[in-house]
Amino acid sequence: MTSHLGLMIVFALFVSTVFATLMRDDPKQQLMFGARLFAGFVASGILIGWLLYPLPL
Amino acid sequence: MKPHSGPLRAATADRVQPSNAFLICAAAWAVPGLGHLWLGRRQKGIVFLIAVPLMFLFGLWLEGRLFPFQISEPLVALAFIADLGIGLPYFIAKSVGAGAGRVVAITYEYGNAFVIVAGLLNMLVVLDVFDIAKGRK
Repeated sequence: MTSHLGLMIVFALFVSTVFATLMRDDPKQQLMFGARLFAGFVASGILIGWLLYPLPL
Repeated sequence: MKPHSGPLRAATADRVQPSNAFLICAAAWAVPGLGHLWLGRRQKGIVFLIAVPLMFLFGLWLEGRLFPFQISEPLVALAFIADLGIGLPYFIAKSVGAGAGRVVAITYEYGNAFVIVAGLLNMLVVLDVFDIAKGRK
């Protein structure tokens, strides 16, 4: 539960839930928009993680 | 964003007096979701009432810190303002001694992110309530 990926997924779930509820009025649209936002957050997090992987820190 | 039109928008605009809009915003700040419930947006209100405080509590569970107001440390002062965005839960957590923040905990920074973003999301919720109260949505 305290892995970086797990916490990033939980974080994305909370943020996409609030954003979708704020930005759409119809519950069905909220669900669709929230799912797209959530997928976008997780996918971009993983992608950026891989892009940063070869960089020396 | 698709604005409400017709009877719902008219009913909201008619019901809210200009001076009341600030009172509703204060309620929305103090208790996440209360402003939407007050304005009759029950579904949105319930989602905010559950999601925002839950995110805040999750951050505290991850040993995030409730930052104090320190003007000498600008980033700490900004984090305090963001934390304060959650409203009453901030003061309740402070009063029970939660949010001390254990720097050596592996989840400390994650906890801070959850607590800070919960406060910032509630600020967005308050702005949404203001728009609804003014009849813009």
